[in-house]
Amino acid sequence: MEQALAASQLSGSGIIVAIKNAQVRTVVALPDITTSAGLLWPLSRDEDLRLIRVCKEDEGISICSALSYCDHRAIMSMQQTGLFDSLNAVRGIAVEYKHPVCMLVGLLGKEPGVPTEQSKKYSVRVVEPVLRAMEVDHLVIETDADIPKITAAINRAYEVSRPVVILFGTRVRP
Amino acid sequence: MMVRAQALAEIAKLRGDALVVAVYSSAFEWLEISPHPLNFLAVGAMGQAATNALGFAIGLPDKSIIVLDGDGSLLMNLGTLVTIANVAPENLTHFVGYNGCYEANGEHPIPGRDTISFAGFARSAGYKTVTEFRDIATMAQELPAFMEAPGPRFASLFVQPSIKPELDYALVHGEAARKRFAVGLATDRARLAASR
Repeated sequence: MEQALAASQLSGSGIIVAIKNAQVRTVVALPDITTSAGLLWPLSRDEDLRLIRVCKEDEGISICSALSYCDHRAIMSMQQTGLFDSLNAVRGIAVEYKHPVCMLVGLLGKEPGVPTEQSKKYSVRVVEPVLRAMEVDHLVIETDADIPKITAAINRAYEVSRPVVILFGTRVRP
Repeated sequence: MMVRAQALAEIAKLRGDALVVAVYSSAFEWLEISPHPLNFLAVGAMGQAATNALGFAIGLPDKSIIVLDGDGSLLMNLGTLVTIANVAPENLTHFVGYNGCYEANGEHPIPGRDTISFAGFARSAGYKTVTEFRDIATMAQELPAFMEAPGPRFASLFVQPSIKPELDYALVHGEAARKRFAVGLATDRARLAASR
């Protein structure tokens, strides 16, 4: 039972390695229950990464965009509710002004193995259509085999100076 | 009450090679008062100037970062005062032009304009140095010491609405402005690295 549960969750330590492989030095975050225990708490104790705790998610968009001018890679970690709350900053600062803002987004309520757009949860079902409408690159990370895609997605965002959203489709385990 | 352009001119005298993040109406005046490659225009998502400045303060810890915020802008993102104070960047100076209205959008009053205290917000958030400037003579006299005080620093500037008749939004929103800034910052960083 426990093994099955672990297999259905993402490896937080693997995600941290993927982030570091993309030369990320700073993580800006608001807690999200799908990533809290497995990712954010371990990140907060990682001496190689600086954690900036913000009061509202759109602050993270601004901090990451400013850091991009300083050759300092950063990511914003949040829940999809925070992404929705940040859409104007994503539109203005990340998309229209072409900044490499990288976002890790926990999908609260997503059913494992079910494509987001087939979710029974409205707040999950509309995420990808909204991102498509906003012309924001995005990908869903559902298994440990997907984790290397995180490094590639962050690298690409900085290469083309465009935002990217990495959606976590399952809980993250430590 | 001060004329904003005069208050900005006092800041310009002490700017040195600081990176300055300016919003909307302040930005238009600042670009004329203190033209510089390190002027960053925080437009596109209202309320984000101070948080943008925090990003620069983190990324450029040896550089002085100044933000020229607006009262309506800061009200949209008051939590950032707490975020900034929590990070506590010593190199950040935060000015808010307190004119009591949304100047670029018809001069409608900001909520609570006769009751709120931005200095009070900043003080309780945990900024290291907080002050208010209500007249230009006092500001001219006290600004040098304020700029040398422990950071992050916050000053509320009591200014009159003074919108310019024609604002060139294409200038501040355009990609050219951001490219100029990126080149200016890269040049400045190379100069600093060479001097070490």
